[in-house]
Amino acid sequence: MADTSSDAGDLLAHYPVGPFFDELLGNAEGDPALAEMVGRLARMDLDDLRRRSEDAEQELFNLGITFLILSDREAIDRILPFDVIPRVIPSAEWRQLERGVEQRVQALNLFLHDLYHDQIVVRDGVVPAELVLGHPQFVDAMMGLDVPRQTYVHVLGVDLVRDGEGAFRVLEDNCRCPSGVSYVVENRHMMRRAFPDLMSGLPVRNVDDYGRRLHNALCDVAPAGVDEPQVVLLSPGTYNSAYFEHVFLAREMGVPLVEGRDLFVEDDRVYMRTIEGPAPVHAIYRRIGDDFLDPRAFRPDSLLGVPGLMRAYAKGNVALANAVGTGVSDDKAVYAYMPRIIRHYLDQEPVIPNVPTHICREKEGLQITLDNLADLVVKPVGEAGGYGITIGPHASREELDACRARLLENPANYISQPMIPLSVCPTLTEDGIEPRHVDLRPFAITGASTWVLPGGLTRVALRKGTLVVNSSQGGGSKDTWVMGT
Amino acid sequence: MARLLARYADASFWMARYMERAENLARVIDVNATFARYDTGASTWTPIIELYANQEAFAAKYAEADQASVVRFSLLDLDSLQSIRAMVRAARENARTLRPLISTEMWMHLNTFHDWMGNLRPNRIAEPHLPRLCAAIKERCQAHAGIVEGTFFRDEGWSFYQLGMMIERADQTTRLVDIKYHTLLPNPEDVGSAHDVSQWNSLLRSAAGYHAFRRIHPRGLQPADVAGFLLLNPSFPRSLSRCVDDVNELLTSLKSKYGLTGGNSALERLDELQAVLLEANIKEVIGHGLHEFIDWVQRQLNTVTDQIVADFFGL
Repeated sequence: MADTSSDAGDLLAHYPVGPFFDELLGNAEGDPALAEMVGRLARMDLDDLRRRSEDAEQELFNLGITFLILSDREAIDRILPFDVIPRVIPSAEWRQLERGVEQRVQALNLFLHDLYHDQIVVRDGVVPAELVLGHPQFVDAMMGLDVPRQTYVHVLGVDLVRDGEGAFRVLEDNCRCPSGVSYVVENRHMMRRAFPDLMSGLPVRNVDDYGRRLHNALCDVAPAGVDEPQVVLLSPGTYNSAYFEHVFLAREMGVPLVEGRDLFVEDDRVYMRTIEGPAPVHAIYRRIGDDFLDPRAFRPDSLLGVPGLMRAYAKGNVALANAVGTGVSDDKAVYAYMPRIIRHYLDQEPVIPNVPTHICREKEGLQITLDNLADLVVKPVGEAGGYGITIGPHASREELDACRARLLENPANYISQPMIPLSVCPTLTEDGIEPRHVDLRPFAITGASTWVLPGGLTRVALRKGTLVVNSSQGGGSKDTWVMGT
Repeated sequence: MARLLARYADASFWMARYMERAENLARVIDVNATFARYDTGASTWTPIIELYANQEAFAAKYAEADQASVVRFSLLDLDSLQSIRAMVRAARENARTLRPLISTEMWMHLNTFHDWMGNLRPNRIAEPHLPRLCAAIKERCQAHAGIVEGTFFRDEGWSFYQLGMMIERADQTTRLVDIKYHTLLPNPEDVGSAHDVSQWNSLLRSAAGYHAFRRIHPRGLQPADVAGFLLLNPSFPRSLSRCVDDVNELLTSLKSKYGLTGGNSALERLDELQAVLLEANIKEVIGHGLHEFIDWVQRQLNTVTDQIVADFFGL
């Protein structure tokens, strides 16, 4: 089907095929739609591609699809660098991933319900008590509190990578406020405008449904007996780095974006301040952390939250998504137990396996880590954004020594994993089309049932050879195409 | 549909005011530069600073009020909130708050306008470029207004936007008339001279009212007629009367169309203002002191704003 033969210049003729699994060139067999897309890409002209890429990035900037960087004088808008070459997931592969993500959501919700009720998982010794019950993200106020439909993780973002054999593996779960879904949808809009010729006629699955699905899920968990639940999105405000995403989601859901100061609690019910006085609020998609939600229940210095919100929540007068206290389950150490957690609750094998993980709080895990430091990736369990990671094979002797010292000082704060030779995807670079490492963050929405957004956020490490895809570390993003059947 | 958040109403109102103010300041600078081309002497630029009550902020930065310093202060200065650049920035910050509500086109245009203002180098505001620059700013403000008209969903948010725009426009038109009086008052014998007439002509043009004025007054160009036209004509879209009528209608519709209970005290104040404008005879107004009259109008408009803020944005 793909005609990559000679009449046009072949854009991929000098593509340096490396030792890594390639998302486009290594995966096209057996998926005619992907093969067709690769063929179209190969017939494109590099200069034209660059021009369109520049236009696309300028447009993202003008549209304000940006995150904010605060300097001492003002707020600077930056775009997440956008690579115009999409990452494609064949339909058969996606069905498997979708099942795996659904399984993950199910297990996480059962696990959280158990942790905040009977704690059988701890009593049965599946997860060590000290790991979860003493965890800083474990919220005592959630003990015995029943959340609607026993859904804790209404929005889950699962970080996946592909290993050297091309198998997807879970790298981490994001159960608090996973971000990035706005880029998924906006990247698609951008691709439709900038590359209609690459996309037309191909069975690319739609991603436009996210807002409606999220709104429905929030209505699913709103207090019973309310005909038209008032849903709001609670944002820290315009100077939050993810403000654009909050705007995006509020718009897609058709609900007000509120800040803490727009809400208040009276008689354990939540209201928003409108031009005609107070109006009741029934469900809150909150994009602020547990600590800041309610200065009466948590951090007393929080100005972002709503005093009395936890009491309204405990009484069942308002739904919060995600639930309070989910942070305990996206800890990198708890992650290591996820395969056992899935087996425990579902009596199933994980559909998507974990990356093999050594738990340094365990004597054996620490020893293996110390003995193989130069071959392993060591991660602090409490950090996000790719910070504090030591990649053994890339580290200097000094860096390894520093890492060893930190490990010995506080082993429970670390896990280690083998270095995963992340898959690559053709990417537009200064030197032409080159392979760059990618990951994938699918998003799942759960109210009464679970729905997985086809695809997810593909992050790409734009710097040559780099494995860290986080935007704070020079990462960009790509459109992600799930091919339909 | 959910009731509009008070904070959004507030942001909508002020976004409109800042944009309207920016457009009018561009008009005022433009017309004053035109005046300055007739006159010599630096004193002709001080009225702009006085009109916006910026004497203190200005004196802190500049020794002398000449064209270069006043234009720079009014166009580019970010230290005070009174320059066009600062206004566009403030409008954009309000738009940032309103992003869940407004169209992408509206945000995108304000965003690029803001960046364009930010990239203006001081040499662009020098005399030979100034008229074109003012025209370019006006055009961008008008593009904003057009995008708003064509894309802003007609709900309460729209009403508050319109309220802000009309109150600001009313206020700004009074300033535009006032500036001419500041400029010329010292020489009563100049009234009616060729020089005087050409200044009134410029003033009308800066408010985009010259041709409409001609239709009403085909033959003469009496200063009193021009002032009367700009302040009292019921059909000219920038006239004080027209704007005050619009504000009244908008506030009334908030009650009748959306069932809001606030706005009563603002409406009372507006009724009073409307009655005065309806009765006003421009020659008598000038006889009693145009500047004093304008000052009174501006205070009325401020009170209306305060009452809108208290009734709808507070709680």
